[in-house]
Amino acid sequence: MNKLAIPALSNGPFGTEIKSTDIADTLSFFDDWEDRYRYIIDLGKELTTLPTSCRTDENLIIGCQSQVWLVCEYDKTNNLLFMAVDSEALIVKGLAAIVLSAFNKKTPQQITDFNIDAFFTDIDLFNHLSSMRGNGLRAMVSKILYLAKNYG
Amino acid sequence: MTMSSITPITKNQQFNVDKIRQDFPLLNQKIKGKPLVYLDNAATTQKPQVVIDALSQFYANSNSNVHRGAHSLSDHATELFEKARNNVQHFINAKFSHQIIWTKGTTEAINMIASGLAQSHLKPGDEIIISTMEHHANIVPWQVAAQRSGAKLIVAPINEKGELNFPVYKTLLNEKTAIVAMTHVSNTLGTINDVKEIVHCAQQVGAITVIDGAQAIGHDSVDVQDLDCDFYVFSGHKLFGPTGIGVLYGKEDRLEQLPPFQTGGEMIQTVTFQEATWNALPYKFEAGTPNIAGAIGLSAAIDYLSGIDRAGAIAHEHRLMNYCIELAQDMDDIRLYGTAQNKMAIFSFLLGDAHPSDVGTLLNQQGIAVRTGHHCTMPLMNELGIPGTVRASFSLYNTEEEVAMLFAALTKAKTFL
Repeated sequence: MNKLAIPALSNGPFGTEIKSTDIADTLSFFDDWEDRYRYIIDLGKELTTLPTSCRTDENLIIGCQSQVWLVCEYDKTNNLLFMAVDSEALIVKGLAAIVLSAFNKKTPQQITDFNIDAFFTDIDLFNHLSSMRGNGLRAMVSKILYLAKNYG
Repeated sequence: MTMSSITPITKNQQFNVDKIRQDFPLLNQKIKGKPLVYLDNAATTQKPQVVIDALSQFYANSNSNVHRGAHSLSDHATELFEKARNNVQHFINAKFSHQIIWTKGTTEAINMIASGLAQSHLKPGDEIIISTMEHHANIVPWQVAAQRSGAKLIVAPINEKGELNFPVYKTLLNEKTAIVAMTHVSNTLGTINDVKEIVHCAQQVGAITVIDGAQAIGHDSVDVQDLDCDFYVFSGHKLFGPTGIGVLYGKEDRLEQLPPFQTGGEMIQTVTFQEATWNALPYKFEAGTPNIAGAIGLSAAIDYLSGIDRAGAIAHEHRLMNYCIELAQDMDDIRLYGTAQNKMAIFSFLLGDAHPSDVGTLLNQQGIAVRTGHHCTMPLMNELGIPGTVRASFSLYNTEEEVAMLFAALTKAKTFL
């Protein structure tokens, strides 16, 4: 594997050990909101720690209620995009981890081919686009798609 | 029709929150399977059935353009529209109905004043005083006005309780102070400012006073002549009325001197291809077809308020606030922001180290609607050194049971964070 400028980006289970299908399966098991939200918060805790040096304005996605930092690097040799996210809010962090399960360590083509809206509908967590605008996740998805198109 | 709420009408019925709730159809619904607890009233209030009916009746029976009357329907719409203006006039005790200018809301009203004063009044070196607790809507228009005119924006600080620091405010006033623009009630902290005193001090140096009444208007009686401010602005939707309608009140001479914000139809007297002359007040500021239904809906909201025991409603909101503070003190990891002596039922807080957005999401799952974030007061948040708060804001239809539900939900939220 090509050496990444931020090696931490190759760590973490999202996109490989924890895939979007795994998350959709697990979420479908839960009957009540409490289990779902505890699971989401736990997913956030499994994210690779983002080096504080990565908390730059450039990486910041500002939402109305909370903000997300997204770092993305393209590994040209393997044609893969590596990413890491962080947020001060636990639930947003968990939701961002769910987004990474779909996009992380994928080729630009895989990213643009993935039907993210169908996935969101499937897991029934993002039923309100406005709340995604508020927490910055919609902007995060747009940024990942933009980067994928640039490298693709 | 008696329209003033300043002098309470003799009520044959005391304030009864259960009865009041029946007037607001939206409150009777479930969110995620749980009864809705609506505590986002500082963002917008719900609408009583009479307001909803007024809107639909207008469109069903009276819809027509105003002041263009070549036919009966237009005359009728104009009559309703101007009656609404009179209703607002009496509601805030303005001297004349032509001092009531319809706007889209508070934000547009402040923009109209700031933009007009930048053009006609402000000169380089002038000073505009605002306070730390202002909403972005009462900051940014003044920043732009200052940039356009060469004036300077000065910020009066607040004390640790979230009250205006009066001694410092007084020292900031001087012969260069052209405008003092402050909020009546802080949307984030709930602080009720002593507007009368703020205005009185500003008048000593000849400054124009602009009061943002967005948060005050739905909770207490406002008497613009008693406050003696030059301008007072508010939104209809925070007063149980529709969105997209608001009010700019101004003293007659100030309005005469203020240039129009927008130009076009209705606001002119004569037009040639070379020039135009402006229509009289209030039409000078009302270019284009106004929000006729909105004005009529707002008028219905004012009638509604005039028909209930307003003093009882105010006392009820106060009880909710006190109960909230009591329960917050029982929960040792709640930090309250805004502990002013004179405060409205706006309850801004943080729960332990939890991010406000997490708390808001977990409350929403339990049917409780609050707002989280910076509440459009980023400079205030920077001053407090926090990214935002959770804000529960109450209105006359909230109950003590709902306060208890909020705290039970917070206790549950804590187990997640």
